[in-house]
Amino acid sequence: MNWDWDYVGSMMPDLLDGLWTALLATIFGFLLALVLGLVFAILRRSKTAWIRVPIGFIVEFIRGTPLLVQLFFLFFVLPDFGVQLSPLASGIVGLGVHYATYTSEVYRAGIDGVPAGQWEAATALNLPARRTWTSVVLPQAVPRSLPALSNYLIALFKDVPQLVAITVAEPFTVARGIFADSFRPFEAITMAGVLYLVTAFVLSYLGRIVERRYGTVRV
Amino acid sequence: MEGTKEPMTEATSAAPVRAHDGNGEFIKFAEVSKRFGSNVVLDDLSFSVGAGERVTLIGPSGSGKTTILRMLMTLLRPDSGTISVNGEYLFHEERGGQLVTASESHIRRVRSKITMVFQQFNLFPNMRVLRNVTEAPVHVLGKPKDEAAERAKELLALVGLGEKLDAYPSQLSGGQQQRVAIARALAVDPDVLLLDEVTSALDPELAAEVLDVLRDIAKTTDVTMLLVTHAMKFARDVSHRVLMFNQGKIIEDRPPEEMFNEPRHERTQSFLRSVIDET
Repeated sequence: MNWDWDYVGSMMPDLLDGLWTALLATIFGFLLALVLGLVFAILRRSKTAWIRVPIGFIVEFIRGTPLLVQLFFLFFVLPDFGVQLSPLASGIVGLGVHYATYTSEVYRAGIDGVPAGQWEAATALNLPARRTWTSVVLPQAVPRSLPALSNYLIALFKDVPQLVAITVAEPFTVARGIFADSFRPFEAITMAGVLYLVTAFVLSYLGRIVERRYGTVRV
Repeated sequence: MEGTKEPMTEATSAAPVRAHDGNGEFIKFAEVSKRFGSNVVLDDLSFSVGAGERVTLIGPSGSGKTTILRMLMTLLRPDSGTISVNGEYLFHEERGGQLVTASESHIRRVRSKITMVFQQFNLFPNMRVLRNVTEAPVHVLGKPKDEAAERAKELLALVGLGEKLDAYPSQLSGGQQQRVAIARALAVDPDVLLLDEVTSALDPELAAEVLDVLRDIAKTTDVTMLLVTHAMKFARDVSHRVLMFNQGKIIEDRPPEEMFNEPRHERTQSFLRSVIDET
């Protein structure tokens, strides 16, 4: 099997388009995971059992089922209930919600790491619950969570190829289309893999910069 | 989200239910009991503290002193009995002629005049010194930022830290941190200041600087103080009354000179001997 550079060159524009799609799915999926995970983490600490218990159940349910099943559900089942999302939107929601259950655990650990004395001082100053979260607890909990969160960014990115199942044109979906025509999977699959590898490196480097910049906790 | 959504500041609404009146009973514990598991920490305890009074709680560890302070700060709830401050129940409110468990907003309102300084300082490590002190005035009392900052600077100067406004707590010594915590507590204009072993985590030298600050505050304000401390000389200097606790009960309640010079109760005598030996 010879490696054909011309063939590689001809497929690169399509693969790079695919990479752009994968990045969109990653960025928006991860943003959703960051926000929703925080919401889960806070609601699971609610004093109200009516909030705490159902949220706990939902989180465990999502975490306990495969991403692929969730993607199928979002893309093929939800339309039956009148919710029609584009492939990319389904992918973003699927990745975001799935990873939110992981990030919520990361936040939980970060929140647990805030000493009881901090909550007590907030009570002694009569800070409202919302202010206690936003100005005392989360500014201490989130920096602690950054290393684990940036790992999940990479993990989420590497789960993007699962979106092939719902026809999102990420690099592997594109590669599959290319070798379906040319019958040469070697270059197409390899190059898609290389794009993922390089991008994962870049993302983990960026993650480390963010950790270094914002991950320090003053104690 | 914990509790219910609330506005940043609360107006005092409706006429408060008077649990009792009179300055002699600014803080009142009535038949308060608290147990942790099988361990009875407070046993049907009743006592009161007058407005502006400074009262030191002494006694062996586990005798319930800190529990008293933590209940007043609403960090703990009594199992039974009532606690009232300035005529209002802390954990109860009247609804339809009946005394029921207080809502979060009632607790927040009554608690707004109480604050506490902790053994471990508990400064917010993510905030600079100045913001530690302005956080509650701005976001609880609704003071304008610059006004709160001015007041905070005064208070920090009062505790001898006028130069440390921009430091983070981690850059300060323990004694300095505790003095910031005192300034932070005073910034909310409390009627009741609770001091829970505020020098126990400090070296003697650093403890002394904190105690000096507190002596000044005791002299210059009329804030009601409840102190748990092992610094007996300090207790003697600043307090109007000393309460000796043993096994969840007050066994002696007297002015400091009498308590320290001629303790009546045999348990008080042995306790005072042991703390004085320590120091």
